[in-house]
Order: sequence, then structure tokens, then C-alpha cells
Amino acid sequence: MIMPGLYHILFISAALFFIGVYGFFTRRNLITMLMSIELILNSVNLNFIAFNKYVWPNKLDGLFFTLFVIAIAAAEAATAIAIIINLYRSHQSIDVENAQDLKY
Amino acid sequence: MDGSTIIFYLLAALILGSGIGAVSSRQIFRAAIYLLFSLIGIAGLFFWLQYEFIAAVQIVVYVGGIVVMIIFSIFLTQQAGEKLPAQRTDRKLFAALAAFCGLAITLLQVFQFKFIGTAAATVPPTVSNIGNQMLGLAENGYALPFEVVSILLLAAMIGCIVIALKSKPQSI
Repeated sequence: MIMPGLYHILFISAALFFIGVYGFFTRRNLITMLMSIELILNSVNLNFIAFNKYVWPNKLDGLFFTLFVIAIAAAEAATAIAIIINLYRSHQSIDVENAQDLKY
Repeated sequence: MDGSTIIFYLLAALILGSGIGAVSSRQIFRAAIYLLFSLIGIAGLFFWLQYEFIAAVQIVVYVGGIVVMIIFSIFLTQQAGEKLPAQRTDRKLFAALAAFCGLAITLLQVFQFKFIGTAAATVPPTVSNIGNQMLGLAENGYALPFEVVSILLLAAMIGCIVIALKSKPQSI
């Protein structure tokens, strides 16, 4: 085991991103798809902070990007859950296979 | 090998292990709890990087807000104790293949590139530095994005209320 640095954090972040992508591809339930998106957004936050700490420690820009990403993710999750609950009210299901009224 | 290294690897194992649990568990409530632990691990990694403010924000917003909201919506929309239907094996296989190829390409590119840190003086991410720059109007100030984000949050709040509003039955 070696002392962890930038590349270790980039590895964690890339692995977490693609775990989220895998979940987004395989899940058919809207809430679990939303959870995968949260994982993806978090891996991006980790990336911003790691670059800010190890490559440009003289600026705080990565930190601000992380803060704004967190704020936008909160807004996105709230809106998505409102849509999901509304969909459940009208279809009694939150499976994406059942929400195809606009498809044909 | 010192304590900091051990803590890093423990946090990495926590993040990745519970991340895999969050996308593969067939009980949706368990998936939400795995997601909770993954987010806590990321907050721990922010603490490890000594970005305490971001770690606190991560805990307050994600662990205290978004995960609780997800759990509430699970309670509102799922029958208790019911498992999610199993996915088709070919879909799982191709998703895993796509994710693995993407990860391989990304890591190959990242590890080939040599990142060179700047030699300029470090700005510590203290709360006073963050606050001064976030609300600063000078160059590199983030006052305008701050206001835009507050408008966005207001719009999202009103949008959520309008979307989730129960339409009253028309009384004639």
C-alpha cells in the first residue's frame, strides 16, 4: 500500500461514476434510478475537490463548483421526487416500463 | 504505512462497497441505506482531504436531506417487504460491460496523464475564505452564480409544489 494521492481519489471517483452508470442502465424503478444519479453527482464532486486540493491549491474554484453542484442536485432531487409521486398517483406504479403514455 | 493511509483505504472500501450495494440490492429500502453509507463515506473522504466545510455541507444536504426524502418517497410508493423484479440477465451483462469498458478507458487516460500541481501559495479552504470569495464582487467572486442558484432553488421549490399539488375534484 502506498501513500494515497490524487490518482487514488481519481480512481475512486471514476469507479463510483461507473457504478452509478451501471445502476442507471439496469434499474427500471424511478427511485433507484434517482439514487444512481446521486452517486454520479457525488463522484463528480469528489473529482472537483481532489483537483482543487492537489493541482490548484491556490484557488478555491473547485470548492465553489462542488457547492453549486450540491445545490443543483438538491433542487433536482426535490423536483424528481415530486414528479415520481405524481406519476405514482396517476399510474399506481413508478416502473419506467409502465410510464409510456407518450410513446406511441 | 500510517493511520491516515489506513483510514483512506477504509473509506474507499466503504464508498465503493456500499455504492455497489446501492445499485444492486433488490430490496429498495436496503439500497437506500447503502446509498446513505456511500454518501457518508464521501463526506469522510472530504474530511480526510481537510475540506471540512464541504464535508459538513455534504452531510447536511445529502445525508440529512436527499436520503431522507428518498426514504420518504419509498414509503409513499412501495409496498412494504416487496422485492424489485429481477432484471433480464442480458441487460445486466451489457450494462456491466459498458460500465467496465468506460471505466477502463477513463482510467487508462487518467493514469497516462501527468498532473503537475501549481507551486503558488496554498489558500486554505476556511469558512472565512469561502464566504469572502462566494459573496465577493471583485474578480473571481461568485456573487452572481450565488444569486442565480438561489433563484433556481426558489423556482424548484415552487415547481415541486405545483407538480405535487393534488387537483381538487370539481364540485358543481
